[in-house]
Amino acid sequence: MIQYLVDGVLVGSILSLGAIGLTMVMHMLRFANFSHAELLSIGAYSALVFDGVFSAVLPQISASIGPLSLTWALLLSIVLAMAMTGLSAVIIDWLIFKRIRDKGDALSMVFASFGVALIIRNVIALIFGLKTHLYTQDIVFAVVISRDPLLMVKPDQVFGLFAALVIMLVLHYLLSRTTFGYALRAVAENPSLAQVSGIRLSRVVAITWIIGGALAAAAGVFYGLNNQISPVIGKDLVLPIFAATIVGGIGSVYGAVLGGFIVGIAASMALLILPSGYSPAVPFLIIMAVLLIRPNGLFGEART
Amino acid sequence: MIGVISYLVFFSTIASILAIAVLGLNLQWGNTGLFNGGVAAFFGAGAYGMILLGGSAQPDRIGGFDLFYPLALIGGMLITGVLACVVGMLTLRLRHDYLAIATFGVAVAFENVVRNAEGLTGGAKGMRGFVRPFEAAVGNPFWFNILYFIFVVAALVAVYLFLEKLIRSPFGRLLRAIREDETAAQSLGKNPSRIRLTAFVTGSIIMGLAGGLYGTFYAFVSPQDVLPSLTFQIWAMLIVGGAGNNRGAIAGAFLIWAAWTASGWVLSRVAPVDVQIYLGTLQFILIGTIIVGMLMWRPQGLMPEKLVLSQSGDYPPGE
Repeated sequence: MIQYLVDGVLVGSILSLGAIGLTMVMHMLRFANFSHAELLSIGAYSALVFDGVFSAVLPQISASIGPLSLTWALLLSIVLAMAMTGLSAVIIDWLIFKRIRDKGDALSMVFASFGVALIIRNVIALIFGLKTHLYTQDIVFAVVISRDPLLMVKPDQVFGLFAALVIMLVLHYLLSRTTFGYALRAVAENPSLAQVSGIRLSRVVAITWIIGGALAAAAGVFYGLNNQISPVIGKDLVLPIFAATIVGGIGSVYGAVLGGFIVGIAASMALLILPSGYSPAVPFLIIMAVLLIRPNGLFGEART
Repeated sequence: MIGVISYLVFFSTIASILAIAVLGLNLQWGNTGLFNGGVAAFFGAGAYGMILLGGSAQPDRIGGFDLFYPLALIGGMLITGVLACVVGMLTLRLRHDYLAIATFGVAVAFENVVRNAEGLTGGAKGMRGFVRPFEAAVGNPFWFNILYFIFVVAALVAVYLFLEKLIRSPFGRLLRAIREDETAAQSLGKNPSRIRLTAFVTGSIIMGLAGGLYGTFYAFVSPQDVLPSLTFQIWAMLIVGGAGNNRGAIAGAFLIWAAWTASGWVLSRVAPVDVQIYLGTLQFILIGTIIVGMLMWRPQGLMPEKLVLSQSGDYPPGE
């Protein structure tokens, strides 16, 4: 029981990171971006590439840190992967979404995002192969925290959880204490009025994509560290991440954080009552339950 | 020669079945502006429902009621309608994102359930035990396939005529009114949520019909038939053909299905063996590129929506 709860929290931190970026983009550009989860894949694979380069060029930093399987090289790779994925998100927006946004409606955007997701996922599969990858070949054993009730946690998972919390805290300061945070909220509230007040729309949109991409990259690496890296990361995570944004309320960053943990814990706890084969359907049940009870989520506001 | 004809019949049967599903999507997306991310689930509900009702009893699963074929087909459509009704009622009063996410979720959940609920759907092995009507009477598989092709085309024509009539009726006018300006329609005393629900359920039932015909053709359905890739294919067909135009939808279905099978054939002939496993990957890049490319350069499709004047044309234009 407690094991499921802890597992849920650890998965939840990954979903939260993904959901924050998604909810910000959905709030600002007003479309459900089905390609957001592919940014996790881009992040996970970029980190894999950077890690490979560092291990080859600077073998001295590829030693594990303490009990973690994580190396200094991978830690540095995470930061680079975050930058890389943020940049990719901006480029994808500039190449595709911006053009469709300029002439089409929100429906075309949703539709295009599916196409973008298909392209990204399969191009990754083409480059890296359909097989799975791992950041390290070392087997990392879970540490037994308590025997009764049995509770085991991998050190990497704990690192992922804390790193996620630190990233969220940094984002909180960015959004609540800086002029950029105000500009972001202003644009999401009323784009025309924000522009009249001298906010450059394109800049705010680009920074939103960078933040969303960077957070997704971190989530992708933490997911890859705990599971495997494969081209279907995005396909597997798109629904749980959407569930997290809906639970939190579309547009609410803090809702997305909470929503991620709720979906993670609920999906993990569902294993107690449902056979594990059914777990991919759990986020859908959560979405349906939220729409039935509280359609605008925990912190969302009604908006058409 | 007979080989070529039987292949063409086979190809056209599948393309016509998919065209019916594209017509269903056109009612939802083209005419009403509803985003359905779970076409595969509604298609699958029709196929699974039909075999469940019309198949013979199997020892290892429930169902197999041996129902009279037309009843089984209609039963499958009704099951699809109920599924669409539940999803629609929960999501259609909210902003459009929710419908996209919920329908996408339905498809994921549907595939997951049919893969796991072995006692109901046969699990990953799929569902057998359906005997195609008249197959024994016709005897020869070649002639049976031709007869079945004629039946499918008749269904396609019927759906086409029904939808053409529908979009020219006051109801069709209402759908476009809601798509273009919901508030204006509301101010005239119309109830957008209910009308959207009707359109969504009707479109889904048409997809259920397509699924039922597909299940009949193969006398078999498995989780492989309800993968998300089906949804993407059907979307590509509609966007290439032209959202809002029923003839375009049918043309798009044939065109994309031809491109899909041809690309598969060419790659399997030309590509070296170690690249063959990436066949699906390459085809998905193709579909994704078609979707994105069409949206960027020709969002109205090859055959754009025509302005439908639903009033009788006795008046000269402008009066």
